[in-house]
Amino acid sequence: MAESAQSHTGGAHAQEGTRRDFLVIAANALMGVGAACAAWPLINSMNPARDVLAAGAPVDIDISSLQPGQQILVLWRSRPVFIVNRNPDELKQLQTSQDTSLLRDPNSDELQQPPYAKNWHRSLKPQFLVLVGICTHLGCIPEFTPQPGGALGADWLGGYFCPCHGSRYDLSGRVYSGVPAPYNMPVPPYRFVNDTTIRIGENPPDSSWDFGSIVQI
Amino acid sequence: MALPQNKIVRWIDHRLPVFTFLDHELYQYPTPKNLNYWWNFGSLAGIVLTIMIVTGIFLAMQYTPHVDYAFDSVERIMRDVNYGWLVRYIHMNGGSFFFVLVYIHLFRGLYYGSYKAPRELLWILGVVILLLMMATAFMGYVLPWGQMSFWGATVITNLFSAIPGIGNDIVTWLWGGFAVSNPTLNRFYALHYLLPFVIVAVVGLHLVALHQHGSNNPLGIDHKGPQDSIPFHPYYTIKDMFGLGVFLIVFALFVFYFPNLLADPANYIPANPLQTPAEIVPEWYFLPFYAILRSIPSKLLGVCATVGSIMVLFIVPWLDTSKVRSAYFRPVFKWVFWLLVFDCIVLGWVGAHRPEGWFVIIGRIATFYYFLHFLILLPVIGWFEQPLPLPPSISSPVLNKGGRRPAAPSARRKP
Repeated sequence: MAESAQSHTGGAHAQEGTRRDFLVIAANALMGVGAACAAWPLINSMNPARDVLAAGAPVDIDISSLQPGQQILVLWRSRPVFIVNRNPDELKQLQTSQDTSLLRDPNSDELQQPPYAKNWHRSLKPQFLVLVGICTHLGCIPEFTPQPGGALGADWLGGYFCPCHGSRYDLSGRVYSGVPAPYNMPVPPYRFVNDTTIRIGENPPDSSWDFGSIVQI
Repeated sequence: MALPQNKIVRWIDHRLPVFTFLDHELYQYPTPKNLNYWWNFGSLAGIVLTIMIVTGIFLAMQYTPHVDYAFDSVERIMRDVNYGWLVRYIHMNGGSFFFVLVYIHLFRGLYYGSYKAPRELLWILGVVILLLMMATAFMGYVLPWGQMSFWGATVITNLFSAIPGIGNDIVTWLWGGFAVSNPTLNRFYALHYLLPFVIVAVVGLHLVALHQHGSNNPLGIDHKGPQDSIPFHPYYTIKDMFGLGVFLIVFALFVFYFPNLLADPANYIPANPLQTPAEIVPEWYFLPFYAILRSIPSKLLGVCATVGSIMVLFIVPWLDTSKVRSAYFRPVFKWVFWLLVFDCIVLGWVGAHRPEGWFVIIGRIATFYYFLHFLILLPVIGWFEQPLPLPPSISSPVLNKGGRRPAAPSARRKP
């Protein structure tokens, strides 16, 4: 003990660090690692449980009665999902510069959709749009407002309007510039089981896209 | 005061000095003799914290934290439980009044420079309490599982999604699911029960820090000797009790006559995850922060500004460069302080309206001014402001005013 006390006060030894310093630092570091290991099960217990994940399995939606211009709202993973049957006029509108020049991300460059929906209609079939109906600002459900003009102003081309903080999207869920929402509305993984059934939560056979990789819900 | 001569008391005190402690901190505790009524709000907030914990425990005995039963269990408390309506209305309005008291307490500290050396940590602990209160109030508001509960929880938890890279994972972790759902309600209930006791612990530290150097006072000058102070009991116990009486009259007026004045009627509609209300408005005490959030057109910057508006309070002791504590002697700061109060009221007013037209512009100006006050005006005014002469002691201005003594030579303190 006397030796180690001396070495603590001795100039040359103190700079090198003693065996005891090493042991103290190593023990403290290991305690830190131990504390983090002990905390991890508690922290991870707050992540979605297995039953919650299981309840997030793909859902099949029958769209045979969805008329052009209509939208239905379904639930997938306790989130609202919009399925829209867009009519030809609306599809034509999506390709005009009148629309795309006002958009923040007209080409869907941000990863907010699977690769098979990175196109002007943001969907597998141009006619049918599938979107997670959550505003990328703070999570409200945007209102389906397909009619141009009206209360949203004469220059409104039709699309989605979020009542919470005024964000606007076009009929492909692409966000307009100058609104609080930063990204386009997300497109979930989905595929057509047959011509009238959409399975939400499952990619087409040739894709293995992970919905968790999107920038923002 | 000597301790009671009771043998049992002395026997206990010799082994566990609780009586000495109480005598020292609640009875003898030397307190500046010139405290005004603005110094009532700290103890009032402590009393309301106690009321909140007591009513909260009794509500917890009747409440069910499950998405299918939460709303109905709160309605059952209102209709079927004996005096359930009273306990819940006290708890509900108590939350609002807790914020009223704490905001007044906070502005009192800002006006009289109570955050300056050696009370910086006292102030920081106070800001910690405010943050804990905000978290507790937010989670408590989710528990009745009404429309505002659900959508308020959705909007506020989504603030974390602005964090680049890991934002989505953090939000999922907070929810314990893919949206605000049953796991979210359960954990909010657990934390809403826990955090008040954490607040009690931090209040304990706040009091330890307070009693280390004693209360600041309206003149903001140090206590020079025993002639400047009086014992806490009975002088300030009675003053606090009188203040409590006045407060309880106002509080009772709300609880019994306007119990829902401060509440949003939309929260009496059960939560519907498929229907966003036409307008999501937080409780009034969050409106100024909500206005800052909505004033900034970028999501990440808006969240940063909202968080920053509270974080800036932590460094106020170092932003204020003036050596003079009380605004009473600071001719420029005094006006700027009232401008800040006005600015916060404007922010609250803007936060209650949709961000359209003039509200956007006013909100942006008010947000800008809020940060201008703390980050620019507070340091700069301290440099050039010429403070008024400070009195030599706490007693002298009072005695001079009475005309019983010739004017004492007043010392000018250098800024």
